[in-house]
Amino acid sequence: MNLALAPETLARWQFGITTVYHFLFVPLTISLAALTAGLQTAWVRTEKEKYLRATKFWGKLFLINIAMGVVTGIVQEFQFGMNWSDYSRFVGDIFGAPLAFEALIAFFFESTFIGLWIFGWDKLPKKIHLACIWMVSLGTILSAYFILAANSWMQHPVGYRIDKAKGRAELTDFWAVLTQNTALSQAFHTLSAAFLTGGAFMVGIAAYHLLRKKHVGTMKTSLRLGLVTVAIAGLLTAVSGDTLGKVMFKQQPMKMAAAEALWDGQKPAPFSLFAYGDVEKGHNTVAIEIPGLLSFLADDNFSSYVPGINDVNKAEQQKFGPGDYRPNIPVAFWGFRWMIGFGMASFAIGLAGLWLTRKKFMLPQHLRVGEDEVPHLVLFRNKALGPQLTTWYWRIAIWTLAFPLIANSWGWIFTEMGRQPWVVYGVLQTRHAVSPGVSQGEVITSMTVFTLLYAILAVVEVKLLAKYVKAGPPELTEADLNPPTKIGGDIRDADKPMAFSY
Amino acid sequence: MELHDVWFVLIAVLWTGYFFLEGFDFGVGVLTKLLARNRAEKRVLINTIGPVWDGNEVWLLSAGGATFAAFPEWYATLFSGFYLPLLAILVCLIVRGVAFEYRAKRPEENWQRNWETAIFWCSLIPAFLWGVAFGNIVRGVRIDRNLEYVGSVGDLLNPYALLGGLVTLTLFTFHGAVFTALKTVGEIRERARRLALRVGLVTAVAALAFLLWTQAHSGNGRSLVALVVAVAALVVALVANQIGREGWAFALSGLTIVAAVAMLFLSLFPNVMPSTLDADWSLTVTNASSSPYTLKIMTWCAGIATPIVLLYQGWTYWVFRKRIGTQHIAEAAH
Repeated sequence: MNLALAPETLARWQFGITTVYHFLFVPLTISLAALTAGLQTAWVRTEKEKYLRATKFWGKLFLINIAMGVVTGIVQEFQFGMNWSDYSRFVGDIFGAPLAFEALIAFFFESTFIGLWIFGWDKLPKKIHLACIWMVSLGTILSAYFILAANSWMQHPVGYRIDKAKGRAELTDFWAVLTQNTALSQAFHTLSAAFLTGGAFMVGIAAYHLLRKKHVGTMKTSLRLGLVTVAIAGLLTAVSGDTLGKVMFKQQPMKMAAAEALWDGQKPAPFSLFAYGDVEKGHNTVAIEIPGLLSFLADDNFSSYVPGINDVNKAEQQKFGPGDYRPNIPVAFWGFRWMIGFGMASFAIGLAGLWLTRKKFMLPQHLRVGEDEVPHLVLFRNKALGPQLTTWYWRIAIWTLAFPLIANSWGWIFTEMGRQPWVVYGVLQTRHAVSPGVSQGEVITSMTVFTLLYAILAVVEVKLLAKYVKAGPPELTEADLNPPTKIGGDIRDADKPMAFSY
Repeated sequence: MELHDVWFVLIAVLWTGYFFLEGFDFGVGVLTKLLARNRAEKRVLINTIGPVWDGNEVWLLSAGGATFAAFPEWYATLFSGFYLPLLAILVCLIVRGVAFEYRAKRPEENWQRNWETAIFWCSLIPAFLWGVAFGNIVRGVRIDRNLEYVGSVGDLLNPYALLGGLVTLTLFTFHGAVFTALKTVGEIRERARRLALRVGLVTAVAALAFLLWTQAHSGNGRSLVALVVAVAALVVALVANQIGREGWAFALSGLTIVAAVAMLFLSLFPNVMPSTLDADWSLTVTNASSSPYTLKIMTWCAGIATPIVLLYQGWTYWVFRKRIGTQHIAEAAH
């Protein structure tokens, strides 16, 4: 059979397309839930209207996103059985449990309390209503943890044994699956990247309005919140990425070597800035490198030995039998760089913004502005950026909102493709994981259907987001400012229209 | 009773919960074309399920996830075997979810009408296909010695399974009409009750035929009891609907679903997916289940989580207990 249309290839493409697409919405949902909850908390505590307007504005964008996140997540729950039935049979005893936990604990939380939050503005006292969005936020984080624990098991299987008679892996220690260092560092890294994504989203949209001098009060607050989030989350993403890199070096040396296109082991090993290699011959033809840095990234020591692709390949051939155990090197190499490059670019732009828009008391008198004025971008003590540079900063800040999304996607492509040819590292190869009974035609059908549907929905979603972004924060109504005091709503006027209806 | 038997029951409970809850929101989705006469009435219908449909759908994800964890072989055979019908269901659930959330986010009539059409078809198709799927599970399908489904899509569209699909479609529509009568106020409430009677009568005929066929084909003593309960509940639900006891009618249409699903699972046990090629190749609670250790952990999780879920989901229904009429829909709200 033509390899490009082999069921394994098709199933992998389908998984890649549906999962990367799903993960565009996931980090935004995780972070916007918490950020919206934070803004609503500020409203409940201070009763300042700008916080309520910000809550409504970001809450609406959050809802447009979570709708897509939820529906594309349904596919994920069933795709393992549809396209990867041999995988499901082999690992279901272990892999199914975190998925079931995720549904029973996290999904119920999220989806029930999101309904209460959307429709609850005139049905719940404001503190209970606030608690609902925090519950949603908790649900999104729990959900992320369970699924990352499941994925970590694929990167580094623990707490299991192989039952030869039944031909499957069986769980022996669930606690180990949930708390192994791979899961902890993946969760730390993914969650901080999620907040980097949400922070950059806020910065980008706030910058869009500030560039046009619209909705300045709410957008200034949002900009600050976004910038602070980007700065903290960006730092944590870098720190957790470093931790995860060290874990990966110990557990999946091939992935680390592939990420660096390090063909032969070196001591000390350099970090590659650019490489162009020959996969057949197993070496690079062009390479620009920083000496010793890879040794440090992998092992905290500038002179440590780091094994290369050819070394690990040989070691795995001895351990698992003949075969090619190398992933797609260019994808791993460039995926790793685009992840770091785009992620850290938005971190840098955020840090710059935080400095440029620093608080009043750090500025001289003539550069301070009032509550409802666009801040000056102050570079040095007495020097603000000129109008052209200011416009440019706002423009770059708008573009930042896309950077973490790109970084996230490449992060996943890197970590999943860097593990190939394994689906469960060292235990099960991807080619043994596909559904034997599903025909080529069926996979092509479903891949085409999902790709078309997702493309259409992407257009719809982006247009809708753009509409609500442009519209800006809504005007507040009487009902918004006077939330009910009783659960179920006050009965003052039984025929009053609902505050929110579909 | 061993743990894999417990899990057979729990999977049945999750599917029952799913069909009870999403059953009426599928029904309401179908009614947007059958019952609503104008835009405002359509919106009344959609808003009766607005705050709850998403939580209802999670029962499906839980059933799917729990099947994966407790019966990996069942999960693998079922979802790779029923590939195209499942694809159709997934597409519908995706479009339907987006439709609920996005329909009111633009005021243009075209935009809203398109999403309403989506809500109708994407409620109707899964409501039908779930019946087809369960009909096939109970009847048995072509499963080979490797526990792989070797039949075709055409095999799944046999008369028995299609009748099953008709039953779920009509039963969910009836359940949805009774729910609408319970949750609305004004003229639409009266019409919902009248429609419930007509749909209920069709349901009764289809359900009786399907359940008797099931009993004759794969039934046993216990499934007969469930059959009797299902039919009796349906008849009493119709009566309650006629005399205007809407709460009772809804509880009883729900009981019909519970008993009918129970009957299917009772006639299935101890198989989970019988093979029509050779009885030895059937998937059973023993050869399809996970290890005792996994089942034990899952039992703890489900034992603690499920009652809590019921508690807060129940609370949601209480918060939104007020009936909705056209007067509650704000003109410009979107």
